[in-house]
Amino acid sequence: MNNIKTAAPAFDKQGDQGDAQRVDAAMHSFVREFGVTAALHMESCVHCGLCADACHFYLTTGQAKYTPALKLEPLRRAYLREVSPFAPLVRALGLVRKPSITDLEQWQELIYDSCNMCGRCTTVCPMGIDIAELVRGARHGMFKAGLVPERLALMDRTARQWGSTATPGEDLPDILAEISAQYGVAIPCDLPQADILVTAAPAELGEHTKALADAAKILNRVGAKWTLHQGGFDASNIGFNNGDVELQEKLTRALVDTAVKIGANTVLLPECGHAYGAARWEAAKWYGAALPVRVIHMTEFLDELLASERIRVKKIGATATFHDPCQIVRRGGLEAAARRVLAALGFDLIELQDHGVTGFCCGGGGGVVSNQRAAPLRHKVFELKKSQVEATGAAHFVTSCGQCRITLEMGAKQARWDKKTESLLELVADNLAE
Amino acid sequence: MDLLDFARGPALVFAIVVFVLGTLWRLVGVLRLPRLPDLSPARAGAPSNRVAAWRAILRGMWPRQAFSARTHYVTLNGYVFHTGLALVFFGYAPHIAFVRRVTGVSWPALPDMAMYVAAAATVVSLLLALALRVTDAVRRRISGVDDWITWAIVFLPMITGMAVLIEPSQAILAREHTIFRGPLAVHLLTLELLLVWFPFGKLMHAVLFAFSRGATGVRFSHRGVST
Repeated sequence: MNNIKTAAPAFDKQGDQGDAQRVDAAMHSFVREFGVTAALHMESCVHCGLCADACHFYLTTGQAKYTPALKLEPLRRAYLREVSPFAPLVRALGLVRKPSITDLEQWQELIYDSCNMCGRCTTVCPMGIDIAELVRGARHGMFKAGLVPERLALMDRTARQWGSTATPGEDLPDILAEISAQYGVAIPCDLPQADILVTAAPAELGEHTKALADAAKILNRVGAKWTLHQGGFDASNIGFNNGDVELQEKLTRALVDTAVKIGANTVLLPECGHAYGAARWEAAKWYGAALPVRVIHMTEFLDELLASERIRVKKIGATATFHDPCQIVRRGGLEAAARRVLAALGFDLIELQDHGVTGFCCGGGGGVVSNQRAAPLRHKVFELKKSQVEATGAAHFVTSCGQCRITLEMGAKQARWDKKTESLLELVADNLAE
Repeated sequence: MDLLDFARGPALVFAIVVFVLGTLWRLVGVLRLPRLPDLSPARAGAPSNRVAAWRAILRGMWPRQAFSARTHYVTLNGYVFHTGLALVFFGYAPHIAFVRRVTGVSWPALPDMAMYVAAAATVVSLLLALALRVTDAVRRRISGVDDWITWAIVFLPMITGMAVLIEPSQAILAREHTIFRGPLAVHLLTLELLLVWFPFGKLMHAVLFAFSRGATGVRFSHRGVST
């Protein structure tokens, strides 16, 4: 372990609401979170503390405040006072204090900086409480109260204006033309009709352009009729992470409506975990009906192409270990697909000590990768992953999420670790057989 | 009417009424909340909601291997006092006789020696649970009034019950008149206190755990997450 210190508790504010208004906005939003499942989960906690033993933020710092159950405290108080079956009694007897502005400010660090919403705590909870989902509910209230880390709020404002945190839609054709020229691969943009609407993560329009070029290479190889489109191209959905439900809906609709507009039957998601959570599992909720298009992750797409032999790959024949992105595996169900692709590449897979459903998060999920003030905490978490990767002795370190890659690359840079984090997509593209 | 008559009469009726109505009120109060249908297409091969819920309920009975090293103390201790409480309450002959007197329902009892071992293990286990809650930084930080009250309310019937354990259950049941009426009344009153507290505190997890685990099982089986 290195000597990085944990960031001091900090909070940011947006807007000019008064303190009372902020609390009321948060409370109003908290209360709206409680359908039957969230209420059952809030009712069932026995305070056993086992969730701490699953949380990388607690395990790497030893600080009790990072216990996942504790992160729900403002939401719990709102539930007990306003929603629970005994709420009138609770209020009348003053049994539970209403969260104060100070509480909310203090909890900002616990809800945004030290929770990836990775859901590892859910897998250890003997009551089966989906703490990660409740934290996301808490974020909805924090966003309404204007109590979000400023870096995330800035990205939110950008996405509200541009439809992406990376670039305004009108710049997309130029960016794609540059990537196309750089890698020598055709990247169609704004086709009026296509079967597949391909989407990108913000990093693929910046530092990870090779991933987008490689996706194009594979799509062109199989003769797919596909396009990216200014109307909906960024699948990462910052609203999903920030707790901005209006933005989440707007970005979700942009993808689905664009796909419908061009007659696509498939929306292909990039190597991005939160894109998968937002589009594959939640888009229909915002769309208000079953989606008219199929939504698949890049890993599923590669798995299907390999299984149907529409593409073949050369065997690399080396050892590899794999980082399971939380939203794709633990909360997305794609544990086996990535391993089938790795097997097709001829890798001798050496699993991390904690892998699959119980694998550790990279530390950057849930927007923590973009939250600069959380960097010291994130680097502590990185040490955990680094030690597990080193223990495998594998030659290759692979993952299927661009955000995880960025987090792991930043962690490696900070730790002066020379292990490269490789993209599953890029490995497939680099090893396509004729 | 002495204290035992009071405990066996109006106090018992009051406790049962609060227990039943309170439990129903809390359970129905939660289950009546809106539920959003999951409109996303399920992963191919995902089980039905019913199967998913049952799998999750059963899967939650033991910890995943990845966590066993860090959680074995809490897990094992939890098994001991949950099992011990169940054995003592449902297996001890005088308890069964008490239930038969109230409801007319009975079942075979377990040997006294098994009950003594179960009761002792439960008491030790509860004390260990308390020690962990007091000494461990995480448990201390997340503990609230409910945790302390609930611990005491579970512990009291155990201690007061052991205080009246003076002779074999056969001898107790063969006697026409109750001796040690005062201590027995206190024991019964502590049980009634537990029944009254049940719907209001975390003891309610005895009912809610199945619903909570089941809901999570449905959510993630739909997505094809392996259990």
